[in-house]
Amino acid sequence: MVLEIVQTATDSLKNASENGGGSGWIMHHVLDSRKLDFSPFGVIALPHIEVFGIDISITKHIVFMWFAVLILLAIFFYVAKEHKKSRIPSGLSNLMEILVVFVRDDIAKSTIGKGYERFLSYLLTIFFFILTCNLIGLIPYGSTPTSNIAVTATLATLSFLVIQGGGMIKYGVFGYFKGLMPHGIPIWLLPIMFVVEILGLFTKPFALAIRLFANMTAGHVVIFALIGLIFILKTYFVAPVSVAFALFIFLLEILVALIQAYIFTVLSGIFIGMAVHQEH
Amino acid sequence: MAFILNVILLAFSESEKVGSPLDINPGVIIWTTVTFLILLWVLKKTAWRPILNSLSERENFIKDSLEQAEKARKDAEILYEKNKENLAKAEEEAQKVIEQGREYAENLKKQILEESKTEAKKMIEDASAAIVRKNQEAFNNLKTEIAEIAVGAAEKIIRENLDKGTQSKLVDKYIEELTKN
Repeated sequence: MVLEIVQTATDSLKNASENGGGSGWIMHHVLDSRKLDFSPFGVIALPHIEVFGIDISITKHIVFMWFAVLILLAIFFYVAKEHKKSRIPSGLSNLMEILVVFVRDDIAKSTIGKGYERFLSYLLTIFFFILTCNLIGLIPYGSTPTSNIAVTATLATLSFLVIQGGGMIKYGVFGYFKGLMPHGIPIWLLPIMFVVEILGLFTKPFALAIRLFANMTAGHVVIFALIGLIFILKTYFVAPVSVAFALFIFLLEILVALIQAYIFTVLSGIFIGMAVHQEH
Repeated sequence: MAFILNVILLAFSESEKVGSPLDINPGVIIWTTVTFLILLWVLKKTAWRPILNSLSERENFIKDSLEQAEKARKDAEILYEKNKENLAKAEEEAQKVIEQGREYAENLKKQILEESKTEAKKMIEDASAAIVRKNQEAFNNLKTEIAEIAVGAAEKIIRENLDKGTQSKLVDKYIEELTKN
């Protein structure tokens, strides 16, 4: 029985790797890679770097992440300069100001409450970073860094550190863990509750990472699958339907890019608020 | 059961050729951390601080301006009330002054009228006194004149006391002369 299951499993694994070509072309676009594919204009191979035995090669997602960073820096250098110049915002700095005020008032202030200023820089940065990374995958030849689970897990880990750090700075390490326990529970429940609460601390950033990764991957996969219908069915008649649906998903993705950046930031804010104001 | 296991195995398998979306590349983690931390630091220094400062500055400026405007409005209202009060007071004062002037004028008029009346009366009295005096004077003059004429006539009568005929003639002549005068 067990042997049988293992046999099927290895079979399907082999099958999957052999027939990888079937879905491989979708994955080729969604997955990280060692080269920038600008076909038909050419392919740029990225350098392979290894330090202390750890492979830290530059990959496609990292390149686009840096591209996003450059865009962000350019925009906000400009906006900061404009703000220093005059009191009345205009154009781009007006738009960015709306977003900054939104993050400050509707995310940081409303989720963290008192003492939100300390976390404002982090929340602003993570919001704009995720937003830009999400949107950069929507431009032609672009790739979404946030559809890489390593990226989202790193961001979630940083959020986790900020959440726990914020709580521990406010209440002290011992006081923070003591505050995690609900008041008025029986003594014999304490060990169980402790484990549950500690698990809860880790599930929150885990959910953050998976949510962002899954949302950003799924949209692209669906778009590619819809376009792929044309080649799978080998007919042009399906093209209008495919393109229409793909366009619809693409527009949906713009919305999802905004929503996911908002959700990641707002949930980070809520968790920070929970850690910083344990009395609630 | 087998299917679930397959899915799980697939999910965690590391096939070299295609790779899975769930593969975690340690290099990406390191680069993401470094990139994000640098971005956080740079943006905090160069963007968030000035932008947030200028935002709160502007918010304060607007709040102050609104407060100032409100205060100015209240001040203006108070000033307006005061002005209105002053105006009313001034009007009252003016009314009083006019009233006083009118009273004064009335009094003056009355006084002048009285004075002129008494003056006129006095003048009339003076005039009648003068008339009486003149009358008296004229009468006295007449009296002396008549006396003189009488004396003159008497003198002539005495002088021409020679005959009766001439006497009566003379008397007639003098009477005629008298009436002529």
